[in-house]
Amino acid sequence: MSRKRSVAAWTTAVLAAAALAGCAESDRDDDGSGGGGGDDGTFVFGAAGAPEMFDPFYATDGETFRITRQMFEGLLGIEPGSAEVVPELATEWESNEEGTEWTFTLRDDVTFHDGEPFNAEAVCYNFERMFDQNDAGQTAGEYWGYVMGAFSNDAENSLYQGCEATGEFEAVISTSGPTSGFPTMLTLESLSMQSPKALEEGDANGIAAEGEGFSFPAYADAPVGTGPFTFGEYDEANGSITLTRNDDYWGETAQVSEIVFRVIPDESTRRQELEAGSINGYDLPNPVDWAGLEEDGNSVEVRDPFNILYLGLNPEANPQLEDLRVRQAIYHALNREQLVQTQLPEGAAVATQFMPDTVSGYNTELEPYPYDPDEAKRLLAEAGAEGMTLNFAYPTEVSRPYMPDPQKIYEALRTDLEAVGINVKVSTASWNGGYLDNVSGEPGKYDAYILGWTGDYDSAYNFIGTFFGNLKDNDFGTDVMPWGKQLADDLKAADAIVDEDERGAAWEEINRQIMEEYLPGLPISHSPPALVVGPGVEGVIPSPLTAEEFDTVAVGGE
Amino acid sequence: MLRFVVRRLLQMLGVLLVLSFLVFVWLRSLPGGPVSALLGERQTEARRQALEQALGLDQPLPVQYVRFMQRAFSGDFGVSTQVLPGEDALDIFLTRLPATLELSFFALVIAIALGIPLGYVAARRKGTPLDTATVIFSLVGVAVPVFFTAFLLKYFFAVEWNLLPVSGRQSIGLDATRVTGLFVLDGILTREWDAAWDALKHLVLPSLALATIPFAVVFRITRASVLDVMDEDYVRTAEAKGLTARVIRGRHVLRNAMLPVVTTVGLQVGALLSGAVLTETVFSWRGVGQALAEGFLQKDYPVLQVLIMAAAAIYVLVNLLVDITYALIDPRIRTR
Repeated sequence: MSRKRSVAAWTTAVLAAAALAGCAESDRDDDGSGGGGGDDGTFVFGAAGAPEMFDPFYATDGETFRITRQMFEGLLGIEPGSAEVVPELATEWESNEEGTEWTFTLRDDVTFHDGEPFNAEAVCYNFERMFDQNDAGQTAGEYWGYVMGAFSNDAENSLYQGCEATGEFEAVISTSGPTSGFPTMLTLESLSMQSPKALEEGDANGIAAEGEGFSFPAYADAPVGTGPFTFGEYDEANGSITLTRNDDYWGETAQVSEIVFRVIPDESTRRQELEAGSINGYDLPNPVDWAGLEEDGNSVEVRDPFNILYLGLNPEANPQLEDLRVRQAIYHALNREQLVQTQLPEGAAVATQFMPDTVSGYNTELEPYPYDPDEAKRLLAEAGAEGMTLNFAYPTEVSRPYMPDPQKIYEALRTDLEAVGINVKVSTASWNGGYLDNVSGEPGKYDAYILGWTGDYDSAYNFIGTFFGNLKDNDFGTDVMPWGKQLADDLKAADAIVDEDERGAAWEEINRQIMEEYLPGLPISHSPPALVVGPGVEGVIPSPLTAEEFDTVAVGGE
Repeated sequence: MLRFVVRRLLQMLGVLLVLSFLVFVWLRSLPGGPVSALLGERQTEARRQALEQALGLDQPLPVQYVRFMQRAFSGDFGVSTQVLPGEDALDIFLTRLPATLELSFFALVIAIALGIPLGYVAARRKGTPLDTATVIFSLVGVAVPVFFTAFLLKYFFAVEWNLLPVSGRQSIGLDATRVTGLFVLDGILTREWDAAWDALKHLVLPSLALATIPFAVVFRITRASVLDVMDEDYVRTAEAKGLTARVIRGRHVLRNAMLPVVTTVGLQVGALLSGAVLTETVFSWRGVGQALAEGFLQKDYPVLQVLIMAAAAIYVLVNLLVDITYALIDPRIRTR
């Protein structure tokens, strides 16, 4: 290129850039400082993933619920720091004797973020909205389907039967029958109250199937609730979600002016961000980092365990497991005390049953199965199963609150099993890459597998009912066991008991039977997940349900 | 020339068509899928089947592929199931692309700015400790995994010395105007200098980490090429003519040695795209690479399909540009 042509090219480039610059205009406020946190600071939380969307009804994942929880409230709430059900938008509730009609007395001082009043009509509008979903909505509204069983097109199979506003601040919800899950399920984030006007204007139910996914209506990006924070913006390009304090909140207003959730997928990066002081906290720090984080002046907030890790056994895949003595032998072979001490975070406990002691219906009289390799060998010999082979699986590419490192847990269990003469054949698959399909398939593909569960709310059925309540479709293959149907029936019968004390006693008895007579799987441990906040952050109340509300959080100096 | 370009473009369409089928079949042949990602522990056989039916995943693969292509020809590549549920997969690519372009551009600039001078100096000082040191440096750069390099860079520059941000593209609370999605350029265009400076500071560490891949290649090609050219007859002739060392180095050695380097730089696009997957993940950089990583983890088929196809298209296009450049230089190629 000659010098002349080169100059011409540069001139053209500079002119083009200048023209583009002329088109671009700053949208900024005059001071140029932008957003900012207002008077009381900003709480910046490092999120492991981006939210799905902002309508909690269609949401399914913890990262979304963590955000929507700050903006929405349900009729019932959860006492911070526990799993106990407490009043939220409803101050009182009572049922008829049959447990089929529930009368809720509502707060009379609540307005939605858009100024619309919260009243009985709004409550019924919300329930009818959730109930009346199109095909796509029924698939996406997963939590409703899970707890209510069906939608309006299959009303007779739905737990929810209707809602009536019997006064300005009194609503009656009808159910098809008594269940321990109702009204506790109203603490679920998905069943939060949303502004009827905003739902209507944003065509909230206009969800549609498109290809292999769902397209969500405008409302899903502009949610309106009653909570202590209102929706600010989602900066997708920078991966941050901003919520602003609701100064008209009916309760005590939040301590900080803003919460920003920054999406930081990599855990070591979240830790470095905390160390650099650019975020104020993050969830699920790796247990091996807890001590180091504390030493650096951070505060590791450990939650009470509300989960269970178990060794699933599947007699459909391996008929030798139909023999109770074989299952007991495997249980005696496992040194769970050592596993808890070496592989799980501080505060983890050996499980005696399929639910943690924070759940109503926990049987305090059950003792842990003792670690006894000799007894394991004896039982195996008695059952004629010496040298049996177990196709034992663990998942990869996953970490759950109840199993921070599945491979290490598997290794510990495998060593114990081999020590009593069981041949272990290893199987692995990634969590989303076939593991769950193989476990939950009918029949399941693995003889033994590690899996767990974190409770949705304080309900025994949410644990043991999920595991064994559905005879034909559960991960433990209980339909081939002589007691499988009895267990499923007992669970349903207990779930329908209206009287709380009576129901609690029934749960305790079922827990005893499961552990002493049936032993469909082997409960291993309960692990306390933690979250960590940096120096100067106060007021975080760790929740067993990982349902922290950040309105009590203050961000000060060190 | 036009016929050459048209022929190559048609070939490219053919390549993309075949690739679309392969990617489609490959993704869906892998065990698991989006349903596991959506249901988690809540998955049961019945719920899995219901969801697969709702999403059309229960249909035979050829049927699914025909449906996909029918929609694709009308510009609909489906919506994301997990990365950003409900968002058009193509929109996700377009929204994320500027971040990756910005990062790749700066990484390439760093790689060239360091690789060419160092390669040249190493060649000129061949066999000296300086040569050995730079060769080792380039090897270490490419041999050490990007996530480890990134971890060290973040640890020292961001955590220990607090000079640069740990991750992300922009500081929280900075209200910057967006024009192109290239944050540094946006700051310049809107004359929001603090925003441009902030974006530039966020760019330094990720582009340094990503630059380690092309740097090694640029450095080694430059070094080898300069060594070759220095042995050429015309250099000896120039020396015999009594030209100054500066003229010989600038006009005869460096300029001729740059031809293979320029070609190599063009071909680094693929390496940059693959390197971006890790770099963007560890730097929370909301680009195509991070979306690709999320998509794989969550089995988001529509997003994966679009991103892989788009990456392939970019790669093929860059190769086409390289070929066109060759054709311009060497007329024999056009007739082949």
